[in-house]
Amino acid sequence: MDLNFTEADQAFRQEVIEFLNAELPADISRRVHADLHVSKEDTEFWHAVLHKRGWLTFNWPKSFGGVGWSPVQQFIFEEECAAAGAPRILPFGLKMLAPVLMAFGSKEQQEHWLPRMCDGTDWWCQGYSEPGSGSDLASLKTTAVKQGDHYVINGQKTWTTLGQHANMIFCLVRTNSECKPQAGISFILVDLATPGIEMRPIRTLDGGQEVNEVFFTDVRVPASNLVGEENKGWTYAKYLLAHERNGIANVGISGQKLARLKRLSLSQKRRGKPLADDPLFAARLARLEIELRNLETTNLRVLDEFSKGAGPGPESSMLKIIGSELEQNFDDLTRRALGRQAQAHMPEVFEPGYNGPQVAPQDMANQSAAYFNKRKVSIYGGSNEIQKNIITKMILGL
Amino acid sequence: MDFQPTEERRMLADMIGKFIQNDYPMKARLTAGTSALGYCPEAYSKMAQLGLIGALFDEEVGGFGGSGFDIATVFTELGKGLVVEPLNDTAMTSGYILAHTDQLELVEQIILGQKRVALGLIENGADYDWSAPETLAHQTGSGWQLSGMKTCMKFAHGADALIVSAQTQSAPGISLFLIEAAAAGLSEHSFQTVDGGNACEITLHNTPAQLLGAEGAAYPLIDAAAARATLAVCAEALGVMERIKDMTIDYMRTRKQFGSVLGKFQALQHRVAQMLLEIEQAQSAVINAANDLQSPTDERNRAISAAKYSIGRIGCAVAEEAIQLHGGIGMTWEYDLGHFAKRLVMIDHEWGDQDFHLIRFSES
Repeated sequence: MDLNFTEADQAFRQEVIEFLNAELPADISRRVHADLHVSKEDTEFWHAVLHKRGWLTFNWPKSFGGVGWSPVQQFIFEEECAAAGAPRILPFGLKMLAPVLMAFGSKEQQEHWLPRMCDGTDWWCQGYSEPGSGSDLASLKTTAVKQGDHYVINGQKTWTTLGQHANMIFCLVRTNSECKPQAGISFILVDLATPGIEMRPIRTLDGGQEVNEVFFTDVRVPASNLVGEENKGWTYAKYLLAHERNGIANVGISGQKLARLKRLSLSQKRRGKPLADDPLFAARLARLEIELRNLETTNLRVLDEFSKGAGPGPESSMLKIIGSELEQNFDDLTRRALGRQAQAHMPEVFEPGYNGPQVAPQDMANQSAAYFNKRKVSIYGGSNEIQKNIITKMILGL
Repeated sequence: MDFQPTEERRMLADMIGKFIQNDYPMKARLTAGTSALGYCPEAYSKMAQLGLIGALFDEEVGGFGGSGFDIATVFTELGKGLVVEPLNDTAMTSGYILAHTDQLELVEQIILGQKRVALGLIENGADYDWSAPETLAHQTGSGWQLSGMKTCMKFAHGADALIVSAQTQSAPGISLFLIEAAAAGLSEHSFQTVDGGNACEITLHNTPAQLLGAEGAAYPLIDAAAARATLAVCAEALGVMERIKDMTIDYMRTRKQFGSVLGKFQALQHRVAQMLLEIEQAQSAVINAANDLQSPTDERNRAISAAKYSIGRIGCAVAEEAIQLHGGIGMTWEYDLGHFAKRLVMIDHEWGDQDFHLIRFSES
């Protein structure tokens, strides 16, 4: 057993650091570190930078234009991007839809849609959840009825992240109601400009707007937009969920939050001493650091299995649960470190040219809002309860 | 032993409940909380007319309550309605200080809702400690002048006057001063709080001020006032948690997934049951604190710290668990739960968080 990164891995890390130093603008990094909602422009800018370098599709197979990095290199890349405050790569097209198209899409679909994800032509969003179908996703009711060479879609999707920026949505729709729910679902690609689609924003408890409801009324979609076979959509959706294993533990983001907390614990003073000297706070911080070290190795162990050819499996559920709870715990402790200042909600601090007073330490005026916003990470992408169901069934065999 | 509230307190609670039902819908609360003042002056005035502020003061100073259980009754009911109106820091707590420093005329105006007096005890916003102010007061020919700063003063924007703590050169210990809102050399930075409401940071530069009480002798009074303020936010949290619990149980009873209501899943049942146990424990902690509000200082502070620690720990856990049990809907602005959860977590950031009070309890 050897837990060290190889020399080649370390050289790779250096290459990534140098790239980030050269290419990531400070104002974008500042906003990402402050946990603000990343703008459409910032995301598109960063995608373009990565695309130019050939790294936007870093987790794609080489045959589809990926860079052929090992899972460990992918891990290092995500870790360094998080540490530098790079906007996260928008997952919906590049990390979620792309693997499904590669595995189940037609050659025409692959050739049409994959390049458009990379060059910024398409911004994808996800049409999975419905008002009555959250954790019980397979009960979804939005229908797609075949009429000639079109499907006609009726229904409602919800929690569509960043749908307001999107021009395309991939949806799970019901194409058969006469069978077991999972066996009547299809996977289809829909142009959001099609008549009959209405997108309405949902305001979140932190006051932000990143999720939406999408209403479909007699929306006619070319039958050629169906991915794979009709009524096989559930299989594809499960493939998608299991496939998104790299980065799901958010080790890089939590590592960045740990570093920030350590800095904060030295600058914040309690009873005349640095917060780091408060035994209760120090214990809280130590616990999180230990959890993160453990998770990093758990994550690398899973990646190692993956690199030896193990197919996507339920291990990603494990990483999702531990990773999301740990990230939330870092946000929780950051809020605690702010003391009374945590009450301040001053998004104006981050507006260009803001010169006024700050109550919380530099760039920390959004931290409580971010703490509340991050309650979502144990809910979305299959709630942690659903992930535990998967572990119970797939790993424990109960 | 009798754990039943008195008839008077039951009536008081009913009256507040009716006021919230008739005059304080959630929509009005959210509008008030995001306004510049952070509250609704019309609602505040009506609450004063109903006697809600008077219920927080002793008869001797013009009120008709003022005991620990009166405070707990009022603030628990306010918590149930997520009322953002500033009855704590700028009325009850500052009023308590004023009542004990012979400012009865001002206390009367506070009780009537005609005046509000903000409270500035914190200078280091990273901390909760009110025992060592660095704001300096010096005497001039015409009276006292203060220089320094105070932060996170709840609802200080729009207040008629301010009470601030300071040290003087001529005596050890802390002194309290009363400052007119329009006094020279005072500047204010007003900001929103994440749970809805207002707070201010103020700076003082040779600002004229009036000494309250004896020079250098204010610490016991600040401590007693802080105990009342802490009890109030603990009681408010109980009301907030009761509503969160009810919303969660309702959701468990109505939301269907996998062909059944959520409340039929044992894994979820146990989590709601655990939430109930914790809230019961929190309620007991608040009862202990209310009961000990008039006890000797050490006993009082231990009970207050025990309550605030319990409320801080349990409140954060309840807020997070309720959102998780609701799923996405609990994350939305339109659904009330998120606003209750934000207030509940932010209560841990007022008058000392759970760690602050755990240490204070262990050291006492």
